[in-house]
This record gives sequence, structure tokens and C-alpha cells, in this order.
Amino acid sequence: MTDPLRADGATCCRTILLAAALALAPVAATAADVVATGIVRVEANSPLPLSRLRLPPPDLGFAGAELAVADNNTTGSFMGQEFTLATASVPPEQATATVEAMIAKGIRFIVTMADADTTLAMADAAGDRALVLNASAPDDRLRGEDCRANLLHTAPSRSMLTDAVAQYFVTKRWDKWFLIEGSHPADKDLAEHYKTSAAKFGAKVVEERVYEDTGGARRTDSGTVQVQTQMPVFTQSAAEHDVVIAADDSEVFAGYLPYHTWDPRPVAGSAGLEPLSWHAAQEAWGGTQLQTRFEKQSPRSMRSEDWNAWVAIRALGEGATRTHSTEFAKIVEYIEGPDLKLGAFKGDPVSFRSWDGQLRQPILLVAGDMTVSVSPQEAFVHQVSTLDTLGTDQPETTCKNHG
Amino acid sequence: MRQLLVTAAFIGAALPASAYSVYVSNERGNSISILDSETLEVTDTIDVGQRPRGINISPDGKRLYILTSDDDHVEVLDTETKTITTTLPSGPDPELGVLHPSGNPLYVANEDDNLVTAIDVDKGTVLAEIPVGVEPEGMGISPDGKVLVNTSETTNMAHFIDTSTHQIFANVLVDQRPRFAQFTNDGKYLYVSAEIGGTVTVIDPANQEVLKRIEFAVPGIPQEAIQPVGIRITQDDSKVYVALGPSNRVAVIDGKTWEVKDYLLVGQRVWQLAFTPDEKYLFTTNGISNDISVIDVASDKVIKSVQVGQQPWGVAVSPN
Repeated sequence: MTDPLRADGATCCRTILLAAALALAPVAATAADVVATGIVRVEANSPLPLSRLRLPPPDLGFAGAELAVADNNTTGSFMGQEFTLATASVPPEQATATVEAMIAKGIRFIVTMADADTTLAMADAAGDRALVLNASAPDDRLRGEDCRANLLHTAPSRSMLTDAVAQYFVTKRWDKWFLIEGSHPADKDLAEHYKTSAAKFGAKVVEERVYEDTGGARRTDSGTVQVQTQMPVFTQSAAEHDVVIAADDSEVFAGYLPYHTWDPRPVAGSAGLEPLSWHAAQEAWGGTQLQTRFEKQSPRSMRSEDWNAWVAIRALGEGATRTHSTEFAKIVEYIEGPDLKLGAFKGDPVSFRSWDGQLRQPILLVAGDMTVSVSPQEAFVHQVSTLDTLGTDQPETTCKNHG
Repeated sequence: MRQLLVTAAFIGAALPASAYSVYVSNERGNSISILDSETLEVTDTIDVGQRPRGINISPDGKRLYILTSDDDHVEVLDTETKTITTTLPSGPDPELGVLHPSGNPLYVANEDDNLVTAIDVDKGTVLAEIPVGVEPEGMGISPDGKVLVNTSETTNMAHFIDTSTHQIFANVLVDQRPRFAQFTNDGKYLYVSAEIGGTVTVIDPANQEVLKRIEFAVPGIPQEAIQPVGIRITQDDSKVYVALGPSNRVAVIDGKTWEVKDYLLVGQRVWQLAFTPDEKYLFTTNGISNDISVIDVASDKVIKSVQVGQQPWGVAVSPN
């Protein structure tokens, strides 16, 4: 792990290989060992965000992956290792074919940005030929009953995100929650996680309401007016609460809640104070450096999906560096093992949980332009890692196919 | 009670000791606080450029080099007149620097550009730009000035650079986020701190072999809060002090056995350290509590804390 890597030694052996390669193909320029990575973004009909400031940039996720490859290659220049990246943006029906095409090109590490079912389809298509790193789907079932041996997750699970919110409000003693959920299955799932997190950390859902999506109420002029004007009355006469928790994965109403609730209460969850894996405001723990490096490369701010993709490929880089190897099996063994302690600009080193392949990581709680807090909160302790107070811990896991 | 002891100590040491100037850079305050090492009071606060972090004092004590990270240059403070007399080109985002033992050149880590820049401080010119790993920070130089070591926080290596050729001749993998590199005064060992790894690696500079990984444990403090940053070593190499970041402790390590002997409670988020030349005191910058702690080196006791500017980062003490 801490072996000295002497540049002179490495050069000596590489030169011999290089000479041999040149004899065969005089144009071949590199002699570095290559780790080929790919990122597949599956463009589904996901709802557009309510605010135009949140429209997804065309290179969402890709830019994070590119930065990680650049970081890995700077290190790789001292190791004789080179990382490459292939990007693909495809409709759902081409997802598995894209995975096949990448594997055919020798790519054995594939970062995915897709919904849960498509993520599973891609992992199953890859089988033991590639490691799939989920940088987007938050569904807990991918880490539970639907987990896969070849599937890791850098995107936080829903339960990690809702636990992060719960820990903060319990610390604040804002423990009476008015939970408002959307009417779509993903919203229901998210609301269930908020209820579980409330019970886990000692908060109470004192009132629960469902906001029915009647359609046509989106970011049009009339839609804005319609949903926004409904919010005061919709939130009227709720049981006494400290905070409103919005579970609106479908982007129907949460953005309209802050400042429109009947009672003057803060909003959290899908709007207001949001749990995120990354945000452009984050500066602590060297975060400024990551932000400026990213913004220099891509003229926009770094988003959670970018960080999820960045950390996935940085983990691979760390595996290659620490094992002095570009071999698939060695890198996988290292990054899934107990020795990975990756610096990821969120204070604590991050690593993958052995029981479900989830990246244990701090969660940022962000409101507007500022990071409000970072969970886990100090008061919550754990016998192994405080990071494991967020999400599904080993004793509770329902994953049988991983590790 | 403590006040009495301090007073007594002063009386005891009043005659032989001379007062040194202690310089502290305030990262958010955009200023340098100057303290008197005997009265332990702030005597001056000098406004400087944006985000001053690393500071280095010239061997003759006449110039203080201030790495103003957000202004992308080095400011030179005349310690007599207490004015900024000139600026040196440094390349973007200079964070931490180290002076050649002769006082020239100054080597700085350019955190945003994966470079180490060598600056001729007399001519005000850039001598060399040396490509290193991602997010270079720690800068150490061998006592004979022949070997410069830079640590890169994301690449996680100590890069060994030949100062005559400005070429890297070896790279040593260390733990996550290496922040600081410090040679022993006899040149036999190199200590490298790893902030996220939570360790200090001891390296033999002669063959770049890793000899030891020092780990830390403070009762009641979560392991994640132990984040080693600044390192300073006594002249006789017998004691090694390591700032442990948000654990608010400075570790005292035996320079021979590499055992941790003590943890000293200082201010919040302790970053960097500096001795007085007579090694009576060790000063620590505490980034969150906006103060410095004063450690009595002989007894390894924290005797005082002094408020400085906003977010103190670097510290240097005049040689005379």
C-alpha cells in the first residue's frame, strides 16, 4: 500500500516494452497500461425541473467523469497508467446494447445514469464482464432485494438522503413533521423513507397529505399560477408541526411550497433544505479546489450527478494506483475491499459498503446558495463508521447477491 | 492560576531570551497578524492580498513571503517597515511554499495547476515550473537543499524533485490527502502527513522507502476528526509535533521510536505550526477559533491562546 514507486525504475522497464511495441508498430506512441472506462446516460422521459435554473446541462455527469479521468491521468503519468473514457447518451431501448458495445471495445468499468430498471438491465447484461457503477438511481431496492454482485452505487440511496435530513432536524429538535407527498410511485417511495427515517431517529410525522398530480400543472404560466396558488390552502389546518417535508420526486409541487405554506414553517426534502451528494456552494475540506478544477474544465457549476460520476472513476483510479495494476480483478478487489479510503472533498474518506455496494459518504444539506449542514450529525454514533448511520446498515440489509 | 505560572515563567526567562516576531496569515481576514513572542500580544495587523495562506521568513528575517492564493502571486513584506514592498510571480493559486536553506529560491505549490513553481526571490523571476500530481500542497526541502519534496493531495504522492535539474526522480505513494512534508534536521527522515488517511508516513529519503506509518487515537474523538496537517521537528530531531486538524489536538511524537507520546489540546481546527528559534515555544494556527495556541516545548503544555485575525492559516517566526 505504501510501496515506493521509483520513477527511474518504472522508466527502465517501460522503455523495454516501448521498444518492443515500436518494432511492431512504429506509430504507437503510448506504452502506459490502460484502464478503459465508459459512462452511459440513459435519456428517459424524466420530468423537467420546476425552475429553469435547474435544467440539466447537456454534459451532466459526463463532465464529472471527464474530470476524474483527468485527475487519474495526472497520477497515472507517475504510474505508467492511463485512463480513457467513452461517453454515450442513449434512449432506454439502446441501454443494454450500449453496454455490449462498450464491453466489446474492452471497457470493463461502466458508470451508469439511468432509472432503476434500466440500471439493473445494464448490470445484468454486463454480468461478470464489467463492473457497473450507478451514479444516479437512488432506489433502495437496487441496494436491497435487487442488488447485484457487479453493481456498485456512488449515488446515495433514498434512505441515506432521508436519514441525513432526519438527523439534522432531530439535532435541531424540529421533530414534528408535516409530510406532503406526490401521487406518483417514486413520491410514495420517498415518503415511506421519510417515515422510516423519522421513526429511526425519533422524529414524528404529525400530519401526512398527498398532493394529487392532476396533470398540466407544470412550468407553464397557468401551471405555475395554478399549483402555487393551491399551496396555502392545501397546507391549511395541519396539525402543529415544526417543518414541512416534501416528497416530490416527480417535480410537481415541492418547488412551489416555500413561502406559500399556510403556517410559516421551513420546507425540506424535495425543496427548501435539500439532501444532496454535491452542490456548487460546498467549500469545506478542499471543496473549493474541486469546484475550481471542475469549472475550469466545464464552464458551469458541478452538480450531484457530476460528483457521483467523478467519485466512481476516482475510486477506480485509486484502485489502479494502490494495486500498481490496471487489471480488472485487482482494481475491483481493492475498491470493494476494506483498504479503500478515498478523499472525496466531504471530510471523511469514502468507501463501498461490503454488504450492498453502496458508497458510504457524508450528505450535504443545502438551502439556496449555502450548505446549511453536513450529515451524519455529530450526535449520532456508530460502532464501525459514523457514515453507516445513514442508510441501510449491515444488520438490516436484504441484499443477498453482493459481497 | 495559569496566569500566575505564565508570569513566573516570564520572569524566569526574561533576561536571556530575546523577543521574536511571530507572523500569522489570516486566510479570510486578508491580513498578517504580528505578535511579540515574549509578551504574546498582537503588536500589528497588516492588510495584505486575497487569501493569504503559506508564509515563509527569509533566513535573515528581513523579508516575509506571503502566498496570497486568490491574487495568484507572492507578496513580500519588509519586516522593518512592515509594508509590502514587492510582489513575486508565482503561478496560479500558490498555497504553501518552502525556501531553499540559502534563502533563494522559493518553491511554491500551485494548488489549482498541478505545478510546483521555483521563484528567484532576488530577481523576481520564475526559474522553473515542475509538473506534479493533482492538488500540490506540502513542500519540504532537505537540509542540504538538494531535494525538494512536494505532496499532491488528490494523487496522494510525495514527489521527490532534484533542485539542480528541477526534475522528479521518485514518487512515493502515501495515504489520502497528503498535506505537509518535513525533513528531519539531520536529513535522514522525511515525515509526510495525510489529512484524510489520518496518518503520518516516515520515509527514508535516501532510497524513498516507507519506514513507518504513524497512526493516532484520541479517546473520545471520532477517528474521522483526526486529520494530520502541519509538522514541525525540534532541532535535535527528538520530538515531532503534528497538528491534527478538527480533533483540536497537536500530537507529540518521539523522533526515535515514532511512538505518539502525548496529545495537546489546542484551538479549533489546528492547521500549521512554528517554533521560536530558541525552541521555547511552538505556535499553532487554529482556523476555526481564530486564535493561535502557544505550547511550551520543554513541558509540552499549552500555556496560552491569543486571538488573531479571521481564519488563521500559516505561521512563521523571525530568526532573530
